[in-house]
Amino acid sequence: MLKIENLNKSFGGIKAVDNCSFEIKEKTITALIGPNGSGKTTIFNLVSGILKSDSGKIIFSASGGDGKDITDKSIEDISNLGISRLFQQTRLFNNLTVRENLLLAIDNEDTKFLSAFVPQYRGTSADKRNKFEEKIQEMLELVGLSAQGGSASGGAKFQNVLARDLSYGQKRLIELSRAILNPHNFLMLDEPVSGVAPRLREKIKEILIVLKEKGETILLIEHDMNFAFKISDDVVVLEKGRVIAQGKPEEIKNNPRVLEAYLGN
Amino acid sequence: MISAYLIHLLILVGIYAILAVALQLAMGFTGLLNLGHIAFYCVGAYISALLALAGWPFWFCFLSAGIGAMLFGFLLAIPTNKLKGDYLALATLGFSFVIYAVALNWTGLTRGPLGLPGIPKPSLFGFVFSGNLSFLFLTLAVALISYLIIKKITSSQFGKVLEAIRDNELAVRVLGKNTFKMKSYALGISAFFAGIAGSLYAHYITFIDPSSFTLLQLIPVIAIVIIGGLASLKGTVIAAVVLVLLPEPLRFIGFPSSIVGPARQMIYALLLLLILVYKPKGFYGKIELE
Repeated sequence: MLKIENLNKSFGGIKAVDNCSFEIKEKTITALIGPNGSGKTTIFNLVSGILKSDSGKIIFSASGGDGKDITDKSIEDISNLGISRLFQQTRLFNNLTVRENLLLAIDNEDTKFLSAFVPQYRGTSADKRNKFEEKIQEMLELVGLSAQGGSASGGAKFQNVLARDLSYGQKRLIELSRAILNPHNFLMLDEPVSGVAPRLREKIKEILIVLKEKGETILLIEHDMNFAFKISDDVVVLEKGRVIAQGKPEEIKNNPRVLEAYLGN
Repeated sequence: MISAYLIHLLILVGIYAILAVALQLAMGFTGLLNLGHIAFYCVGAYISALLALAGWPFWFCFLSAGIGAMLFGFLLAIPTNKLKGDYLALATLGFSFVIYAVALNWTGLTRGPLGLPGIPKPSLFGFVFSGNLSFLFLTLAVALISYLIIKKITSSQFGKVLEAIRDNELAVRVLGKNTFKMKSYALGISAFFAGIAGSLYAHYITFIDPSSFTLLQLIPVIAIVIIGGLASLKGTVIAAVVLVLLPEPLRFIGFPSSIVGPARQMIYALLLLLILVYKPKGFYGKIELE
């Protein structure tokens, strides 16, 4: 589904990504791990178009289609080709409600100016809009936020809470929901469980398992080894911008090169 | 006499309300700290005045003022697309200086500091708005329509995308939305309404010169937007009324006119400072800026 070939990226004199190559198979969860500064987030930024590469190729094929070279395409184009992303730092629209945050991910017609005056121009029928609402409700159910306060009305009220008033854990879940609702074939999650309580960590693990069962392809960055090994089918290990190992979690666990990279000599 | 004075003030309230509501769309809703707003007002005033002096009917001058300013808005959006915050403020400020310099120095077109006198009073369908009362109704009607259009935009899903850009532009782009297009719309529409405010001003005063479009004229507009509250249209209108009327009592306590002018600017600046320190969201503001 995603093939990275000889990718390079430097910042000044520092090589953040050094001749990096690996492949992500369809309908798998792949963990991208490595010590701090090993280039994980830089690779995410290169794939999602936030950074331009120095050289190398990124090939993406959506659901069995032909591979497309997406190297250095714009952020918007990459998203519209079917790559959705969660950031390490929370990037919610803080002055919008939970519902508005999620609706922005689903509704692709909202950037048409005339739609502000002529609803028909949106090409979004009432039926479609109802489906959007259903999707939002389903997503809130999936992440366990559909009935805040223990009731359906609590859930409806929750949709109207401003994002800035949410707890950190709730923000993380809403941001994860937004990434999932954004139409995609490939999901990139940058440390989805960083800084969340153990219970929420388990919840996010469950969500990722449900997504995998639904046939999603996921690439995730994770520092928590136990979490990464438990959930992933494949693991790619980076050190100083290079891939030092790739394989099944069991193989990676006992790889001396990986242990050295993490624990030193 | 007092009523004529009050009508004059209400006309100014209307013009400032249009300018401020337009700036609110770019600044409060889309997060574009646009200090070039006064340049759009200037472009609209000059386009309308020049066309009217060339004999074109008011409706044509009025619409051309809006459309001309809007084109400048789109134009400004291109080089400033990647700029944010202070950098955007400086770039747009530079744009307002450029427009001011053109108005001052392109004497063949604008007559430079001599200004353009004799701009005709507006007329629509044979009715000439020669009296100030009729002009007040025209201004209030334009202000109301401008308010309703911007209200419609900001409360639509399109408006929510603009607000999302204000809150986190990168996250909007990652959702596959073209933020350059959206910001251009916001700046263009904002410029359109500033342009028609400029047209109203030119046809009301019947004389314009570059000194009406300096940075000093922008301070009250920014003060209205911030004191009313970012992303609040209601707050903007209330602040427009209060801030235009607030310095007026200075005229009646015997200060010479050489003091009244600077004192007015000082009041705006002081109010702005106090609000930013003690009530950063303004009176009706909904948003908290990062």
